[in-house]
Amino acid sequence: MTLVQCPYGPLRPEAYGPTHLRSTGGGRETDTASDADATSRSYRRRVTVIAIESLSKRYPRVTALDRLTVGVEPGVTGLVGANGAGKSTLIKILLGLAPATQGTASVLGMDVATQGGAIRERVGYMPEHDCLPPDVSATEFVVHMARMSGLPTTAARERTADTLRHVGLYEERYRPMGGYSTGMKQRVKLAQALVHDPRLVLLDEPTNGLDPVGRDEMLGLIRRVHTDFGISVLVTSHLLGELERTSDHIVVIDGGKLLRSSSTADFTQRTAVLAVEVTDTDAHPDGTAALREALRQAGCAPHEPGPAGALAPGAGHLVTLDLADESVYDTVRDTAAHLGLGLVRMEQRRHQISEVFTERSAGDVA
Amino acid sequence: MSPDRTPAHATPAHAPAPPGSAGSAPAGGGSRPGRGQDVIHNIGYRGYEGPRLGRSYARRALFSQTLRGAYGLGRSAKSKVLPMLLFAAVSVPAAIVVAVSVVAKSDDLPVGYSEYVLMMQPLIGIYLAAAAPQAFSLDLRFKTTPLYFSRPMERGDYVVAKFAALSAALFVFTAAPVLIMYAGALLAKLGFAEQSGAAAQGLVFCALFALLHAAIAAWIAALTPRRGFGIAAIIVAVTVPFFLITALQGIAWTSDSKEAVGWLGVASPGTLLDGIQSTFLGGSSQFPGGQDLTGAQGAVYLVVLAALLVCFYALLQRRYRKAGL
Repeated sequence: MTLVQCPYGPLRPEAYGPTHLRSTGGGRETDTASDADATSRSYRRRVTVIAIESLSKRYPRVTALDRLTVGVEPGVTGLVGANGAGKSTLIKILLGLAPATQGTASVLGMDVATQGGAIRERVGYMPEHDCLPPDVSATEFVVHMARMSGLPTTAARERTADTLRHVGLYEERYRPMGGYSTGMKQRVKLAQALVHDPRLVLLDEPTNGLDPVGRDEMLGLIRRVHTDFGISVLVTSHLLGELERTSDHIVVIDGGKLLRSSSTADFTQRTAVLAVEVTDTDAHPDGTAALREALRQAGCAPHEPGPAGALAPGAGHLVTLDLADESVYDTVRDTAAHLGLGLVRMEQRRHQISEVFTERSAGDVA
Repeated sequence: MSPDRTPAHATPAHAPAPPGSAGSAPAGGGSRPGRGQDVIHNIGYRGYEGPRLGRSYARRALFSQTLRGAYGLGRSAKSKVLPMLLFAAVSVPAAIVVAVSVVAKSDDLPVGYSEYVLMMQPLIGIYLAAAAPQAFSLDLRFKTTPLYFSRPMERGDYVVAKFAALSAALFVFTAAPVLIMYAGALLAKLGFAEQSGAAAQGLVFCALFALLHAAIAAWIAALTPRRGFGIAAIIVAVTVPFFLITALQGIAWTSDSKEAVGWLGVASPGTLLDGIQSTFLGGSSQFPGGQDLTGAQGAVYLVVLAALLVCFYALLQRRYRKAGL
């Protein structure tokens, strides 16, 4: 009889690298299914990096988190919320630094209430605010922080050199950090979060204060933290657009409550939208309205011009409708031709994550 | 990041890559420059499989980093100047004292070990006012503490390491002249047993002195993220009570209430330590008229010293109890 030690079949280091193998070791299974022929991919899916169960945090006058239940899987996860939505409180609880009022949470399979120290050993944290003393060099600072994470001095030096190179700091690393640009400071802050080779990093607003180029570079770097380094990332932001590009998965919280948690693809591509612009003619002084009416009769269900649409410039002259399948293009073309309207443009649009918020506020009004 | 700053031997494989895409060619991938050229190969990301030494190691590392920092080691050249100057200023007179006693072939040192430390109080106060904010205020000012607390160490670990380091720095500062005088005394062939005993008592005094002053200064420094405030407040806390009490003792002495001199001395750190060294550590009192303490006064002095130590340390811990991210 063959001894099968791992119930999930052989792990494939060439596919996921050593970090992934380790990250699976401490991860908690979200279900108990043990089909032996599970592929590595579905195996990874079952590993939960962060599991939060009806977590509440109440301060005397404020409820920061309200029965939040959400799971985070390996990969880059964006945590979106306006200022005061509870992002920072959540990070504090996940690091085991503040007790939850109610509910449980586990990080890498360890309970935040009882195993905070063990969690902090394997998790990196990059704060939102400045945290760098100006009179020491990046190298000295990151070496010190590596030792604070428990790395022996020689290992701390090696890891520091590696990590600073990976975040893109070369010669500047020997200069005092007081003279660094914001972009360089953000890199050092990221480096100190990565220097002890954590399994998960929590990045609090890493693009704050960066110019567009710096933001793109930082977002690319965050992407690489997962794809190249194999470290899972939880990144917070109040800018939805940038998380759309970086994250595999988006969690939206508002007022301490979970608004939505789904993959970025679900957010932006599940239903593509077709936007149509037509000309007005003498027969149809308001071509847009005429087209909308005709499309409705053709069974296409164009969107009503709502308050959300009115915000975008020129939106009053656009008819938007869900792009259910390819035949919609034909219907629109035929309808416009039948009405004798000039078809100015037809373009496919992706949902923006911001619509999550507008949908919700529309729901609140109703 | 400008090209002229990149090392001359860096090849296009490395140099022009914008940081965000620096690893676009992971291990073994990408085009390799020909052999024989000086190249930096991008070897991709390597994990860390080695030991993680945990809290006690982190405490020790923070202790040594803070202790070195208190003398400007591991910091810019500018920040070494003041501690080193003060260290020289407190040690050189000790060397002169022993040189004089060697030359004059006197049979005892002109100044006792612990008395020398008390005489150097102004210099020690300046050093303390520079070192304590360096150890405590700067982490608050630059908001570095969240980086410590997001690591395995607990808040108590941070406080104990920093406090121990400041105490140790102050102990080194005060014990160095004591050791210089002891070495000189041995060179001058003063009585070995007698000098060894006195020097040991002197070192005990240095330790008490360092602990008490470090506790007070650490608490003050931890209250303010502004280094300037910290420096001023510590100098005030160390000097004003001392001079006030000394003046009051002088008045009490001249108005013939000699026992009041002893009771007054308990009210400032400097006079408190003076009383303890004269009563328990074989020194001679610096009080007006060389007034010694009565037995009851001595006991009270010890109790007050212990209470102050516990109290300021507890206040310091309390200060960080709510420190978070």
